[in-house]
Amino acid sequence: MKELFIEALTDNLDSVLAFVDEQLEATECSMKIQMQIDLAVEEIFVNIANYAYDPETGPATVRVDVAPDGTVVTITFVDNGVPYDPLAKADPDITLPAEQREIGGLGIFLVKKNMDDVSYEYVNGSNILTLKKGLRSEKK
Amino acid sequence: MEYNIITSGSKIVIELTGRLDTTTAPKLDAFIHSSLEGINELCIDMERLEYISSAGLRVLLAAQRIMDKQGRMIITGCREEITEIFDITGFSDILTIE
Repeated sequence: MKELFIEALTDNLDSVLAFVDEQLEATECSMKIQMQIDLAVEEIFVNIANYAYDPETGPATVRVDVAPDGTVVTITFVDNGVPYDPLAKADPDITLPAEQREIGGLGIFLVKKNMDDVSYEYVNGSNILTLKKGLRSEKK
Repeated sequence: MEYNIITSGSKIVIELTGRLDTTTAPKLDAFIHSSLEGINELCIDMERLEYISSAGLRVLLAAQRIMDKQGRMIITGCREEITEIFDITGFSDILTIE
């Protein structure tokens, strides 16, 4: 298990992605799975950077845990900002035409669709969001 | 992300390379909002685009809305991973993908 402690700023997105990709390297997962994981990590981290401490800024922890057999990765994001469950929001209506489309919620929707499991809890003043993704299957 | 612009008359081709994400999308957004006056065909070539996130989708939606009013927008050269993102989000129905 590896942890990154970083200020929740969108400017730090590239550092977060580099950290996550470094942990995935040893698993030799496909480029497609890595891209799906990068996408989920970006959407979650950017959400924290934009909203958790707004208008201030604050810390975030990104924890990457690859199962010993290398088949599953669990990525956990922790922040101490305002309590916010991104999973509580209704999925966007993806059938609307361009002019009626709302872009909000699309990021979290992509996370749900690309990960095998996404969960949220608020414990002792911390938002804890956990992503799980199989590294061998092409599920979802 | 880098982009290359080819203009001919009222047509613009934007060739995207790399990643269209939170960090890079504002650059493309700024270009689109400042350069589409008098344009009736916008072609976005994604042959070298490796990655797109919701920030990139937001820019494409904005561009599509502009072009819906003044002409047409075409997306070309998407690789499988990007096409999948368009399918999941219903953008395949909004965008014209060739």
